[in-house]
Amino acid sequence: MLEIKNLHASVDGTPILKGIDLTVNAGEIHAIMGPNGSGKSTLAQVLSGNEVYEVTEGSVLYEGKDLLDLAPDVRAREGIFMAFQYPVEIPGVNSTYFLRTALNEIRKHRGEEEMDGVDFLALAREKMALVEMSPDFLRRPVNEGFSGGEKKRHEIFQMAVLEPRLAILDETDSGLDIDALRIVAAGVNALHSPEKATIVITHYQRLLDYIVPDFVHVIMNGKIVMSGDKDLALRLEDEGYDKIRDEVEGREAVSV
Amino acid sequence: MSAEVEELEQLTNQDYKYGFVTDIEQESAPPGLNEDIIRFISAKKEEPAWLLEWRFKAYANWQKMVDPVRVQFSQQWVMADYPEINYQDIIYFSAPKQAVGPKSLDEVDPELLETYKKLGIPLEEQKMLSGVAVDAVFDSVSVATTYKDKLAELGIIFCSFSEAVKEHPDLVRKYVGSVVPYNDNYYAALNSAVFSDGSFVYIPKGVRCPMELSTYFRINAKNTGQFERTLIIADEGSYVSYLEGCTAPMRDENQLHAAVVELICLDDAQIKYSTIQNWYPGDKNGKGGIYNFVTKRGACRGRNSKISWTQVETGAAITWKYPSCILQGDNSVGEFYSVAVTNNYQQADTGTKMIHIGKNTSSVIVSKGISAGHGQNTYRGGVQILKGAANSRNFTQCDSMLIGDQCGAHTFPYIDVRNTTSQVEHEASTSKIGEDQIFYCNQRGISTEDAVSLIVNGFCREVMKELPMEFAVEAQKLLGISLEGSVG
Repeated sequence: MLEIKNLHASVDGTPILKGIDLTVNAGEIHAIMGPNGSGKSTLAQVLSGNEVYEVTEGSVLYEGKDLLDLAPDVRAREGIFMAFQYPVEIPGVNSTYFLRTALNEIRKHRGEEEMDGVDFLALAREKMALVEMSPDFLRRPVNEGFSGGEKKRHEIFQMAVLEPRLAILDETDSGLDIDALRIVAAGVNALHSPEKATIVITHYQRLLDYIVPDFVHVIMNGKIVMSGDKDLALRLEDEGYDKIRDEVEGREAVSV
Repeated sequence: MSAEVEELEQLTNQDYKYGFVTDIEQESAPPGLNEDIIRFISAKKEEPAWLLEWRFKAYANWQKMVDPVRVQFSQQWVMADYPEINYQDIIYFSAPKQAVGPKSLDEVDPELLETYKKLGIPLEEQKMLSGVAVDAVFDSVSVATTYKDKLAELGIIFCSFSEAVKEHPDLVRKYVGSVVPYNDNYYAALNSAVFSDGSFVYIPKGVRCPMELSTYFRINAKNTGQFERTLIIADEGSYVSYLEGCTAPMRDENQLHAAVVELICLDDAQIKYSTIQNWYPGDKNGKGGIYNFVTKRGACRGRNSKISWTQVETGAAITWKYPSCILQGDNSVGEFYSVAVTNNYQQADTGTKMIHIGKNTSSVIVSKGISAGHGQNTYRGGVQILKGAANSRNFTQCDSMLIGDQCGAHTFPYIDVRNTTSQVEHEASTSKIGEDQIFYCNQRGISTEDAVSLIVNGFCREVMKELPMEFAVEAQKLLGISLEGSVG
């Protein structure tokens, strides 16, 4: 589904990603972990097409297409969804209207009929229940006045409505209490299927107790330095990133 | 400048959709302004002597006044920059020939009807479907009026200004110039001297007008200045909602539009006046476009009366307009809700004046300015609370949004409070449209163009919700269209 090769990206001339290689197949859940500033979120932003980040080298194939060639809105319509680490408030814009506009753009792209207001409201109410949010939120402006946890749940709600093929969760667990974490994770799990893939970006192993990954990758200094199964996350939790860093640096020193 | 900014700026450079010219035989006065021309206009309209005299007085005053553009820039009241206007080049009267009074739409020139269709104003459909009575002003003379009979049953008068002069001379004489005197300002004086036509509304005591009254203005003849005059009187305990919308064909020369609107509200009466202004704004290099120098003022003469102005200003090269309220009656209420968009080289200097005279009077001002391209957008508002206006209140909120890095937003609030029991609040903010907001929308599948429209409409929500439903939909689309290619 997704094939990232030697991906380099920078912000304002400062390199952040320095050669990422990653393959994600349908049905898989990948966790990407790493210390602050390692490039985890940059990877999510680059995949979803944020033009603040400049891709300087490498390629990304998504369903056989050159992803880097597609505008961010086209990527979204092609089935890529990113749950934002910091969801943006859009004052005055009704949440229902916003999401229905988004859904209909995606449906049009797929050659499907647009959904009318009545059907959409029924769908939205059903998906709201999945993340245990009150339908009252549907009447409020997008993210405006939402608490941190509500914003994160609202992201998963949007994901549930838009049904992406590839979901990228960018530190969705940060700022969540344990109950909210469980709700969000249950939502993500319910949406996962053999046709879909999920990339979970996180700091902590905690989330991975609920969303169990098939693969865990550790990013450091813009590169994936170690990959493994879910046990790698547990090891990280025990040993911390420093240990891994030492190990990786030692390995590099030997190879030089 | 990021790629996003550039893309957004390209989006703004959208061509004006309504640029077309209808070829209809005109019966025009020669260009130029003098007493003979004024006499010609007045004679054409078979006006009574008093009105001609009134025009002459206005003309005499206007000649003594100074064109605002000739005032030194440092002393100019408005933030606008435009070349001097040669008033002798303007044609002051032009009427479609067959506008002598069609009995039905069948008698109206088909080409004219076609023009309305292009503008999305299918009169015949509106007659049947929308319940909106339309007094369409095509250039200077009203050519079609609908629903008149139905309104007449309730005693409501809704007609062209010239017709009112003939049919209801006492009402016109009593109220015309009573809110905006003929010597009020340079452009109001000019209008008073040469006004061609406009709309007249009278709502009798205790009557609630059952439909939105609406006028579509449209400048069509080349070099024809438009000098509309609107007079609305709401008698005791009555209510009316009036809609005004404009578009104009594409022109190279600048065209002057100097309208005057007067509203009079008696005891317990209410007038809601909504405007969508979409005159030709000039091309993307600032060439051409309408000068929109308008004087709009309402007088809350009676106790508990209320005047509410809502405007969405997206067109015109220069807009200069301050729909105001004189809150004379005790407990009277004035409201002003405004969205002004300037893109490319448009300039807008708009706002309101709330003059509190009566006790317990209150006013609300909500202004949303959006600047894009090289646009300059100024909010200018005066809140004046006189000594006798005990316990009066004003709340003002003016927000500006900047799109791109070459536009400007300016705010000039003037506040003058002369007693100790009144309360005035002023809130203001300036923000840039967020690239993060646009990206968020993009990431959900929404194009940048639609995202801008969405975000701007959200920004203007408090004003848009004041518009009557059918108008609001049109206004939302217009905001999007006006800003296409503008963000950054």
